[in-house]
Amino acid sequence: MSFKHKHILGIEQMSKEDIETILDTADAFKEINSRDIKKVPTLRGKTIINAFFEASTRTRLSFEIAGKRLSADTVNISGSTSSVVKGETLEDTAKNIEAMAPDIIVIRHGHSGSPHYLAERVNCSVVNAGDGAHEHPSQALLDMMTMREHKGNIEGLDVAIIGDITHSRVVRSNIYCLSRMGARVRLCGPGTMLPPGIEQLGNVKVYTDMRDAIKGVDVVMMLRIQMERQSNTMLPSLREYARFYGLNPTNVKLAKPDAIVMHPGPMNRGVEISSVVADGVQNVILDQVENGVAVRMALLYLVSGVESMQTT
Amino acid sequence: MSKVETAILDQAGIARAVTRIAHEILEHNKGCSNLALIGIRSGGDHLASLLRARISDIEGVEVPIGEVDITMYRDDLAARGNLPIGKTSIPFPLDGIDVVLVDDVLYTGRTIRSAMDALMDFGRPSTIQLAVLIDRGHRELPIRADYVGRNVPTAHDEEVAVTFNEDLSPQDVRLVKP
Repeated sequence: MSFKHKHILGIEQMSKEDIETILDTADAFKEINSRDIKKVPTLRGKTIINAFFEASTRTRLSFEIAGKRLSADTVNISGSTSSVVKGETLEDTAKNIEAMAPDIIVIRHGHSGSPHYLAERVNCSVVNAGDGAHEHPSQALLDMMTMREHKGNIEGLDVAIIGDITHSRVVRSNIYCLSRMGARVRLCGPGTMLPPGIEQLGNVKVYTDMRDAIKGVDVVMMLRIQMERQSNTMLPSLREYARFYGLNPTNVKLAKPDAIVMHPGPMNRGVEISSVVADGVQNVILDQVENGVAVRMALLYLVSGVESMQTT
Repeated sequence: MSKVETAILDQAGIARAVTRIAHEILEHNKGCSNLALIGIRSGGDHLASLLRARISDIEGVEVPIGEVDITMYRDDLAARGNLPIGKTSIPFPLDGIDVVLVDDVLYTGRTIRSAMDALMDFGRPSTIQLAVLIDRGHRELPIRADYVGRNVPTAHDEEVAVTFNEDLSPQDVRLVKP
């Protein structure tokens, strides 16, 4: 196998072959999650530290379950209960974690680039579980897996991503991933949430009218309005946002009849997505969560394999 | 230096061996009412399909069939880096049934150990039996086959190659000397 990445820092560094290797591995691991005994001995004896310096339910749980199902020992630390609140620097925290000899550190951090910073300073593998507004590679990969399951092939798909493009790490990872896999990306959001030059990241077209953006697409991906990263100047009101950029039973009909509706979660029902659409037949939101475990199992397995080849 | 190859079994020889194994399985289990075949990827899964067809010819019953990929259960995974993980598919409950594991070549026995561990994670079969096309010796674990197509004495540095046609039926078995 040609997978050579010791760290998963972002999709930007990955080739199409890397992405396909991850998706194929995840396909094979997915079956374990439907067994009665949901555990295989693959990563027995490995220690995985989930260091989440920013709030997360889904991603942390998903990484933890992925590690446990592969028989690794997973330990969680979170920002609010760690020495970070006492003023320890990220480097010192990392050095101390490393002294306890983990094999993989999974990191979520509010500052873009912190997984890269960490990867340069520790010997074990580092997996990025979301860094600031930069990348969220495992989310983009689980989105690919879900699209591939429902559409058969990612190449040639039209994918509309609607919402707060500026603050979204999910968008950046998805742009890299979709462009590499041969899909066309349409981005749409209020002008204040569309960073200039974003189209240079990949095969991207930018829209400001949501109706144009979702016309005839295969996939509609809604983004969460990130209340914690908003300043008052970006949005006049949530109600106005919902009217112009919310997905509802009327505008969802502009997409292809068999289009799927995705959301990385957590959803703000009634804001970016109406409850009718969120629970509708086109939604694959819970498939995304299910595939998230399989994708993270694949990532942990693959980096672990590269790591052991380098140390033996 | 070119490798020396000796043919061990041709297509007809394989077919005869599989037919005999099918009869032995049916005789030993007194029919196939409680039987399932599980092939070990890759190679054993194709042989399991062939064995299933043969059992169907004899008894007129299509026995349940599954396939197992043992990569996740290997005991040398850490030293091998990331091997590709294949699909495991056992679409029926294993509890209380007689499972015949099918593989093409039995060598150290480590693959069979891994496969048995995998099966145990799916349920508690009544029995696990082992059918192989070739037993080449050199066991490293206390494992033996219940049904053997051909015993072939080999040296460690030799290789037993089973080739399959495009339709996944076995073509021939060759002993490759270095």
